[in-house]
Amino acid sequence: MAKLHVSTTINGEPAEFLCDVSQTILDVLRDQLGLTGTKEGCGSGDCGACSITLDDRLICGCLMLAAEAEGRRIETIEGMAKGDRLHALQKKFIEFAALQCGICTPGFLVASRALLAHNPDPSETEIRYWLAGNLCRCTGYDKIVRAVMEVARDMRETTR
Amino acid sequence: MVDMKYVAPSTIDEAVGAILAANGTGRILAGGTDLLVQMRLGTAKPGVIVDVKNIPEMMRIEETAGGFRIGAAVSGAIIGEHPALGKAWPGVVEAINLIGSKQIQGRASAGGNLCNASPAADSVPALVAAAATVTIQGPKGRREIPVETLHAGPGRTTLQPGEIVVGFTLPARPLGSGDAYLRLIPRTEMDIAVVGCGVSLIVANGTCTAARVGLGAVAPTVLLVEAAGKALIGSRLDDKALEAAAAACRAACKPIDDKRGTVQYRTKIAGVLLKRAAAIAAERAGAR
Amino acid sequence: MSKQTYKWIGTRPDRPDGADKVTGRARFGADFNMPGQLVGKVLRSPHAHARIRSIDTSAAEALPGVKAVVTSKDFPEQANLIVPTGEMQVNLRDVTRNVMAREKVLYESHAVAAVAATTDAIASAALALIKVEYDVLPHVIDVTEAMQEGAPILHDHLITDGVEPRPTKASNIAKRIDNAKGDIDAGFAEAEVVIERSYTTQPVHQGYIEPHATLASASEDGQIQLWSTTQGHFQVRGFCSRLLNIELSQIRVTPTEIGGGFGGKTVVYLEPLAVRLSQKSGKPVKMVMSRDEVFRASGPAPGATVRVKIGAKRDGRIVAADCTIAMQAGAFPGSPIGPACWTSFACYDIANVRVVGYDVVSNRPKVAAYRAPGAPISAWGVESTLDILAQELRMDPIDLRLKNAAKKGTKTSYGPTFDTIGFVETLEAAKSSAHYRSKVKPGMARGVAAGFWFNVGADSSAAAHVAEDGTVTIISGNPDIGGSRASLALMAAEELGIDYDKVRPVIADTSSIGFNFVTGGSRVTFATGLAVVNSVRDMVRELKGRAAKTWGVDVEGVIWENGQAKPAGSNVGVFEPLTLAQLAATAGKTGGPINGHAQLNVQGAGPGFGVHIVDLAVDQETAIVTIDRYTAVQDVGTAIHPSYVEGQLQGGAVQGIGWALNEEYIYNAKGKLENAGFLDYRIPVASDLPMIETILVEVPNPTHPYGVRGVGEVPIVPPLATMGNAIARATGVRMTDLPMSPPRLSAALDAAMPRAAAE
Repeated sequence: MAKLHVSTTINGEPAEFLCDVSQTILDVLRDQLGLTGTKEGCGSGDCGACSITLDDRLICGCLMLAAEAEGRRIETIEGMAKGDRLHALQKKFIEFAALQCGICTPGFLVASRALLAHNPDPSETEIRYWLAGNLCRCTGYDKIVRAVMEVARDMRETTR
Repeated sequence: MVDMKYVAPSTIDEAVGAILAANGTGRILAGGTDLLVQMRLGTAKPGVIVDVKNIPEMMRIEETAGGFRIGAAVSGAIIGEHPALGKAWPGVVEAINLIGSKQIQGRASAGGNLCNASPAADSVPALVAAAATVTIQGPKGRREIPVETLHAGPGRTTLQPGEIVVGFTLPARPLGSGDAYLRLIPRTEMDIAVVGCGVSLIVANGTCTAARVGLGAVAPTVLLVEAAGKALIGSRLDDKALEAAAAACRAACKPIDDKRGTVQYRTKIAGVLLKRAAAIAAERAGAR
Repeated sequence: MSKQTYKWIGTRPDRPDGADKVTGRARFGADFNMPGQLVGKVLRSPHAHARIRSIDTSAAEALPGVKAVVTSKDFPEQANLIVPTGEMQVNLRDVTRNVMAREKVLYESHAVAAVAATTDAIASAALALIKVEYDVLPHVIDVTEAMQEGAPILHDHLITDGVEPRPTKASNIAKRIDNAKGDIDAGFAEAEVVIERSYTTQPVHQGYIEPHATLASASEDGQIQLWSTTQGHFQVRGFCSRLLNIELSQIRVTPTEIGGGFGGKTVVYLEPLAVRLSQKSGKPVKMVMSRDEVFRASGPAPGATVRVKIGAKRDGRIVAADCTIAMQAGAFPGSPIGPACWTSFACYDIANVRVVGYDVVSNRPKVAAYRAPGAPISAWGVESTLDILAQELRMDPIDLRLKNAAKKGTKTSYGPTFDTIGFVETLEAAKSSAHYRSKVKPGMARGVAAGFWFNVGADSSAAAHVAEDGTVTIISGNPDIGGSRASLALMAAEELGIDYDKVRPVIADTSSIGFNFVTGGSRVTFATGLAVVNSVRDMVRELKGRAAKTWGVDVEGVIWENGQAKPAGSNVGVFEPLTLAQLAATAGKTGGPINGHAQLNVQGAGPGFGVHIVDLAVDQETAIVTIDRYTAVQDVGTAIHPSYVEGQLQGGAVQGIGWALNEEYIYNAKGKLENAGFLDYRIPVASDLPMIETILVEVPNPTHPYGVRGVGEVPIVPPLATMGNAIARATGVRMTDLPMSPPRLSAALDAAMPRAAAE
């Protein structure tokens, strides 16, 4: 079975890999590229633990073939902090205890960042609907939603 | 182990050729949000995956003489961001945007939702109500069919070997028209419709002059409920007319008991959603 | 205990593992790999109940790339021996049959064989080549049907325990238990109002987002290394040792970060298989469950039937309470029927109580612990019945509970007498909360219910080490499932009088710290916290000795205060205080490294009580329930890190809301699970919920130096009835069957209003 050769960009860096047709980008990120920050909770697009962005669009890594990455731009949780500086969302999630076990956290952070890029002034309801595709079984979502609201406010204040 | 191939053609002719050559084992890949799940479950074992996202016609939204041609592989997110489309067909856009989470929206296409042929597909009742037509291309060329004739049963379409859905067309909207789609799900998000109802109306001087109703998840295919449309046409969309249309919807239901709902519940909800969707469509049409 | 003022306890610093968990650096179960590892996969039963006639693995073994195949033959038979696993008890004879079916398969997706191969695809292909011949047997899913005469029998040897005279025929009822207090008949004779109802609940899954995963590496000399996502790596070690006849010290289990457990990761599924496959193949073997496997083959919580009868005086005083619970254990005995019974009336001081429970097997996956195992089920019945009583008596539901609340000195029906508890304080806090004092909005209704959980102590070990620069490492052995590193470090900092960020908490593997019981029973901050405190005190003793040596005084003349050794008084002499850093720097000259250790069997867990309040609306046409406001009030002892305490209350409440509204296992006529995924097993999503308000009532536990009570389990107990009580008040229809999903609630509303339904 001949493998496909794929050239892509991951977290701003050029990346190349060989994959089977049936492999998802999640499989390749985790098993071949060592980027295990993106998690698999269901493999069917129902939990959002594998949230990544593809050309700035929020998607589930489990629902994209690795072959489709050719020539595209992928961002994962590993690209969120810049150098030793955490992203404002990452800081606020820690400060607000918006994680308990932490397995859903990378997905929530990637999804929240995509939300704020799309809508810098989301209401609580908009945040809740945007994040409805990310399941968290520990927190009841309260502190996650509060953290995103607070970061959105901080970001608006600093850009004003 | 099956040797699976992946091709990403840049023209529709090449895509049709690839599907035809695959001899029944080819699958179109647009957003992949159904196909990849089926592959994981083992219910789909394609020999050839034909990724159509490099085909420009299947990836764009065109405004045509007041109407819209939407490529089959355009994602829900792109459709949701199109300003003119959302103004003309808010119900259709809402229906498409209800498919899955934001993550799913980033990939899933209305064309895929159509071709997956689920009776509970969210986009379909709204497209049926909208009198959308589907553009199909195959070895014998192009044809255009009403959307409600695309489905043959759960998971089955009337597509012939080698045919692919290229896109769909929404007609122009005259003044005084409005559409809406509502679905019932147990949660607020992330569920498959227990019942879905699309309503499209044209209203002149307070009187409904045209109405179409699409009903999902209550029969093996999405239904065009003509009797419900008839009950609305000529009325002032008053409670009596809405109740008559709701009764027509309930009568049209041939649902099943399953993990998502009961016959009794689905039948009741079909009427409830008709009334609520019709009220929203009427308001959008400027009737209220 | 008077209210203490603390420097660190009660503050909200960043958790020590925060950066790792927001950057993707933290390594969970499926994130561990070894060079040359194989992929392990499990072949599972397509039948709910069948005798295994034969298993032919030869074709699978012959497939290139397949390195090992195991079946039940690879696991020794086990004695009929019951061992504790968290809050549940398991029988080793059953455990070995649950991880790998022997004579029969007892539920759909029961493991029958496992393979290890070089790739995922080859492993899958190998499973398809294993030929299993089954004699399909009639199956039984429903608990009531399983108890009936003539039901298909799962275990020919199963004779109902706890029934006199001892039955002679096998049955699906594994045991009957009862406990009583007072004279139940006299109590009901005295009652002026008697309410009796029957309730049902469906099995629900813990729903942790991280599937079970493990990596095993057996070496040729018999040593085993194992990585596992588990609530108890010592438990994993114990099970693997027993099930595979390996000495405990030969097995080293490293707990990975754990992506949720809620009780469901206190047992083993994959680990013994991975070890055996690794032994047979000579290579590391990694196994990860799919979500489908998690639902079909890992322990859900049981469903049950609950009958409750409560008798009261017109003034609201409860004089008699009776409860009978029949609970699904799954394919093997061992449901949490005990805790379900014991907790049922534990909130209340009632003179006459009788509780009877049945543990019943059926063709479903063996249940596992789920947050306060059993308690939400009995509370659903009891707290719903109390609400009916409050309505009947036209009494405020909190006042009714206050009138009957258990207090210090109340003797429970199951034995113990309560020490200082905070139920009255919790009820009063609920009653005076802004939420409860607010007017119910038009179209809304309000529900209230209470809940109880014992909390547990048990075995913990801990160590504290001072580094040469005076910073401290505390080492414990409980996987951190929701922020316990932070609470342990806070207590150590408080005890030592040094800054929180000078304390680094580490969770050690089974070979690097003494035994620790599972992360479960809300025990870690309490019991392991106590072990950490004691290890620090042990270290402080050593520090004081070093100071005494430095000063040339008796150790009794040295005190430890604010992170430094000081003379106890002027009679000792005049010495400048010695800081921890100074003592650490000179340790080499005063006796070498400075460490502390503690090992305890911790008793005296403080019970917890919660009261939840909800305002909700019910769409009368669609039966969709919309929650407008939700408040969880709980006696938390002392909130060590209040953010994580709040988080426990919020998360538990939302799990309970899911249980109440939509979560259930749905089986078809063939005994196959129809909703084995997050699409149709509907856990709450963010948009289903409002903010979850919390009120932390602090009634310190007198047996803990910082007053800690477990907090994690209580909050899942009240929500079921809280929701049902509000729905009853919103619609006038009392739901007795869970979940109150739209189709089910709609049918109940239609039945109550047949005319409206017909329209």
